[in-house]
Amino acid sequence: MKIALFGNPNTGKSSVFNMLTGLRQQVGNFPGVTVEKKKGKIEIQSETHQLIDFPGTYSIFARSLDEQVVRDVLSQPEHPDYPDAIIYVADSSNLERNLLFFSQLYDLGLPIVLVLNMWDRSLQKGLKINLTLLEQTFPAAKVVTTNARVSLGKERIFKALESLQKIDRVAFFNADFESLQTNEAQTANADGRLEKIRALGLIEQHSTPDSNRSTRLDQILTHPIFGYLIFSFVLLVIFQFIFSFASIPMDYIDGQFVRLSAWSSQLLPDGLLSRLITQGLIPGIGGVLVFVPQIAILFFFIALLEESGYLSRVVFIMDRLMRPFGLNGKSVVPLLSSVACAIPGIMSARTIADWKERLITILVAPFMSCSARIPVYTLLISLVIPKIYIGGVISLQGLVLFGLYALGIIFALGTAVVLKLLVKSRTSGFHIMELPDYKTPRLTNVGYTVFEKVKVFVFDAGKIIVAISILLWALATYGPSSRDEALQSLHKTKAYKFAQINEQQEMENSLLLSHSYIGHFGKWMEPAIAPLGYDWKIGIALLSSFAAREVFVGSLATIYAVGDNSNIEKRLVQKLKEEKNENGEVIYSLATGASLLVFYVFAMQCMATLAVVKRETNSWKWPLLQLTFMGVVAYLSAFFVFQILA
Amino acid sequence: MFQTLDAVSLNVLVEIAQIANDNIAPKLSEMGLTKGQKIKAIFKAPFGDPIAFEINGSVISMRKEEAKQVEVQMA
Repeated sequence: MKIALFGNPNTGKSSVFNMLTGLRQQVGNFPGVTVEKKKGKIEIQSETHQLIDFPGTYSIFARSLDEQVVRDVLSQPEHPDYPDAIIYVADSSNLERNLLFFSQLYDLGLPIVLVLNMWDRSLQKGLKINLTLLEQTFPAAKVVTTNARVSLGKERIFKALESLQKIDRVAFFNADFESLQTNEAQTANADGRLEKIRALGLIEQHSTPDSNRSTRLDQILTHPIFGYLIFSFVLLVIFQFIFSFASIPMDYIDGQFVRLSAWSSQLLPDGLLSRLITQGLIPGIGGVLVFVPQIAILFFFIALLEESGYLSRVVFIMDRLMRPFGLNGKSVVPLLSSVACAIPGIMSARTIADWKERLITILVAPFMSCSARIPVYTLLISLVIPKIYIGGVISLQGLVLFGLYALGIIFALGTAVVLKLLVKSRTSGFHIMELPDYKTPRLTNVGYTVFEKVKVFVFDAGKIIVAISILLWALATYGPSSRDEALQSLHKTKAYKFAQINEQQEMENSLLLSHSYIGHFGKWMEPAIAPLGYDWKIGIALLSSFAAREVFVGSLATIYAVGDNSNIEKRLVQKLKEEKNENGEVIYSLATGASLLVFYVFAMQCMATLAVVKRETNSWKWPLLQLTFMGVVAYLSAFFVFQILA
Repeated sequence: MFQTLDAVSLNVLVEIAQIANDNIAPKLSEMGLTKGQKIKAIFKAPFGDPIAFEINGSVISMRKEEAKQVEVQMA
């Protein structure tokens, strides 16, 4: 049996879903759209049933992408997700409005369980609901009360499902939805239903209007000064965790995979397959898992803020500020998260209901300078920006770093303005939203969110990332046969013969990389990048850093044979400063360095982000468009910077 | 005396008289904003936009241009 879970937003629907299915969940998309579809298995009397969680909506009529999914499924009984039974989750403390959508579903004629969730809250608020009258009004439905946040009522729902039958019923209002196509007809339907529901007198005692606590908190959290101050502080804490503490598990994962790769290369007989596994596959998987700490930490905080009710207040105070850029308050979290890493940032754009605004947010997010750009920025800044202090206090190097971040932000917002005009809207884009009551977050719900996001990233985006990283590895490791001759002639040189063993190794690695397929490609494209001030060595580093931006530093270290010991960066800077071209001019001049800096601000040098954009937009069209657009912007701006400064 | 919802003062209870814009009407209905319902602006975002309203015990935030579509009268 297929059981669908419906309900308004903020009714604790996902708590009910988690309570019923536990960790046996699968996350995907509804066919053809990027609306999240969660499936889980439940067992009733040793029979397994499928539970499908639909997005939270207010009625059967569609205005947003989420609502369209609900409408599409319910209007076509032959749809693969068309349910055999429905569980409807309602917020008991706001019953009448919640019953609108319920009454529409009831009139569809499917077996239905009405779950009155947050029962404890309605009691706290002093509400009294006439359950007998409710059951009499909807005789074909089973009514149960739950408090899913603390896992109360699971058995009651199962019991209701066991005895569920398809009962012929008299429609509560009317069962004909097909004819309700115009706004007028839909409004009349909703109005009529609500009027009838309110006339029932289900609420015997209304809540004592004690919204004071919430309102007082709201007055502080949405205050023109304190509101922004508090939000800045929250951000500060989150970024502190991501920048300072995420690196610990990240380094650990990195180290473990290096060890695993070394260990397995000793274990396996040397050969093509062994190298594919130890140097291609294992580091590729490591390259996926290394993102997990950042994703987990960020979604831990996002889920915490969302659960508490604070996140919707952030949306509320940021909405006006984001509007000139064609965005809304909900774009704030994805964009700010992208300062840490665009991957969780783009994944968190799911909460934006309007497709156009979600797409724009996803497309501009990678312009925000992420933490992977920091190693590139610091290397290049220490290379070409003099260590001077303006007025004795302000470090020029720090100022440049700040400028790079600002450039990314300005460009992200500017691009959003342009995209606002270019992207066609599929939906109407209203910004009416409910501000839920403040609640103490439940760690289990937070845990589910973190687990689910990590799972989606590792299994959905991970496949693409591993595939691309193996490809990049192969191109950098293998080369045409001419490479062997080059290696032999290196072995004959005096410099090689008199070098120490580790220096010999570095020289070999450098030669192997520059004669690999990527090396050849870098040389081949030198004419194209020469106007930006780059030689083929930089070309190789650019190509290999498509895996991840920070690879730029490692690639240069290999090419310039500075090895990978502890003070690699210092040695690399020293070496790069001495590099001269055939005319005797320094290669890493201010012009080239500045050109590289702006290139890295703009270029989409991150295959993991592309993979995530593919997953979140459900097509290759947008990530490829983004790759091209960002590449063009990066190329042109690097070109102008170099031409002006050179 | 009619006025629109975006212009009501904070903490003044008003009654919904009519919803002007056809496009937004079904959405507002679904969220419980129907003719005759009592509604109250309870706080505003910085710059006065969006505005949070209390209706039937729940808090709903609306942009000013959206609230403008709702005509209200003194309750």
